[in-house]
Amino acid sequence: MASLTESSRERVERIAARYPERRSALLPALYVAQEQDGYVTDEAIEDIAGILGISPAEVKGVASFYTMYYNRPVGRYVFQVCGTLSCALCGAEEVIRFLERKLGVRAGQTTLDGKFMFEVVECLGACGSAPVMLFGDRYYENLTLDQLDQLIDELRSRPADEPQRAPQLTGLEARD
Amino acid sequence: MANEIVFSQNHIPGIRGIDVYLENGGYRSVKKALEMTPDEVIAEVKDSGLRGRGGAGFPTGMKWSFVPRDTGKPHYLVCNADESEPGTFKDRELMEVNPHQLLEGMIVACHAIGAHRAFIYVRGEYVGPLRVLNQALEEAYERGWLGENIQGTGFDCHISLHPGAGAYICGEESALLDSLEGRRGLPRLKPPFPAVSGLYRSPTIINNVETLCNVPHIINNGAQWFRQWGTEKSPGTKIFSVSGHVRKPGNYEVPLGTPLMTLLNDYAGGIREGHTLKAVIPGGSSVPILPAEKCDINLDYESIQAAGSMLGSAGMIVMDDSTCMVWAARNLVHFYRHESCGKCTPCREGTDWMYKILNELEETGGRKEDIDLLLDITDNMDGKCFCPLGDTSIASVVSGIEHWRHEFEAHVENRGCPMRRRGEAELEGAAAAG
Repeated sequence: MASLTESSRERVERIAARYPERRSALLPALYVAQEQDGYVTDEAIEDIAGILGISPAEVKGVASFYTMYYNRPVGRYVFQVCGTLSCALCGAEEVIRFLERKLGVRAGQTTLDGKFMFEVVECLGACGSAPVMLFGDRYYENLTLDQLDQLIDELRSRPADEPQRAPQLTGLEARD
Repeated sequence: MANEIVFSQNHIPGIRGIDVYLENGGYRSVKKALEMTPDEVIAEVKDSGLRGRGGAGFPTGMKWSFVPRDTGKPHYLVCNADESEPGTFKDRELMEVNPHQLLEGMIVACHAIGAHRAFIYVRGEYVGPLRVLNQALEEAYERGWLGENIQGTGFDCHISLHPGAGAYICGEESALLDSLEGRRGLPRLKPPFPAVSGLYRSPTIINNVETLCNVPHIINNGAQWFRQWGTEKSPGTKIFSVSGHVRKPGNYEVPLGTPLMTLLNDYAGGIREGHTLKAVIPGGSSVPILPAEKCDINLDYESIQAAGSMLGSAGMIVMDDSTCMVWAARNLVHFYRHESCGKCTPCREGTDWMYKILNELEETGGRKEDIDLLLDITDNMDGKCFCPLGDTSIASVVSGIEHWRHEFEAHVENRGCPMRRRGEAELEGAAAAG
């Protein structure tokens, strides 16, 4: 649990300054908080509310509405597997069953060692290269079970203190 | 290719960078448009007959003309890049391959509607397009195509990126504006329409990525040039995103009015080996499913409507004879149940109820009367939801029962999906073949 660091606060301030109304910076600010701690902490919600001049309840209401923000610690490596029709027609159910077996958890659960979580998400907009998974900052398209198997083995062998791989959103601080 | 407009430069190596883009005539339409009055630009786009490519198909020039003059408020342009309609993946390619084309279209649109500030609302999962657009914006500012007094014309134009965070509803334009203002993405009551009172209660135009990408070409070449493709009521070309059980899934830009079977067989490679066509969803998950026997149609707004479906976002999901239509409907209703924003009761409760029934039918067979109950629920949602999300969430259920009622009944008789085991081996195969 952590408040926003000084550099995170500065980032949020900078983002807020580029909108005609500061509140518009809320979604980007929540990404800043999540990048810092791996999820959006209650302290960060308080801080963001203070910076943007709205109530913490409003910030929490927004954070809970969108699926890309987590309100609890999640695995260091989060796989978002698309389960919507085009992917389902091309093997998404097999990908999900494979992950359940390989990781020993169901969708939305984190492995005991804290390393992995997988989620089944709605359409990722890459239906032409189904099945698809979002991991870190890239799409894994035309995903095969072999490829997934190797990826997980490779991630398992990494040091335990490697930072979390959350999607890093660029463009947050692009000039206006 | 001769029949491409927005994809016509995709084959040029390095077109993503501003130097190559400029060498190939990039940003020409900005100079031309700024020598025209806003009304002349709007008239040209109106004459072209360009219709919104996001799904609703509203005439773009007419939309622009709704922006009131002399309100004393700033005007805004928002590019809707929240592409989330299942089966649709065209805007991602447009943004990743040729980002400056979009920026160019946006500058022209800003001039037409009197805006000096624009936003691109990109779905948060599109990390790749966000990165590419960020780079393109940097280049455009650096080279004086964005910012104050662009190219010495006296016109100011600023474009910012704004990431969404995983909510299909934010593709609905008024929910998108709420989200951009830092709120939960809930649709707004209309009127007032965004053109009168949108972002920050100011006149705002929201256009889809593909729509805006067409604009530079229309300004450069004229409305009549654009009308050489398509039909009288559906001029131009359209990117069809083809996915599902075809050999060559992908994005294909073809003239509107191209036969569906031509697209499916000549472009997308036809149905995979050993199977036959069963059904096509022609315009993204929100439109009714067409059975194979109704697929002998042309792909334009009016022909698809006559066949009982809609062009929508042109996200074409193709299903072969191995597909269970109850399973498919359950999958799509699951999507709407998850994405319903909860604002209105018919959508929030209706999508949940439909899902529970479809899940029962698929897993344990449900009850015979469930099929008519499903139709009753859809009847109580159709036209009674606050926004199109709920109204269109019923498409796969209504068309599914209309064309494949016997499959729904077979689920009841069989105490669950009769095709249950059929898919496993094939799914394995598809995933492995990847």
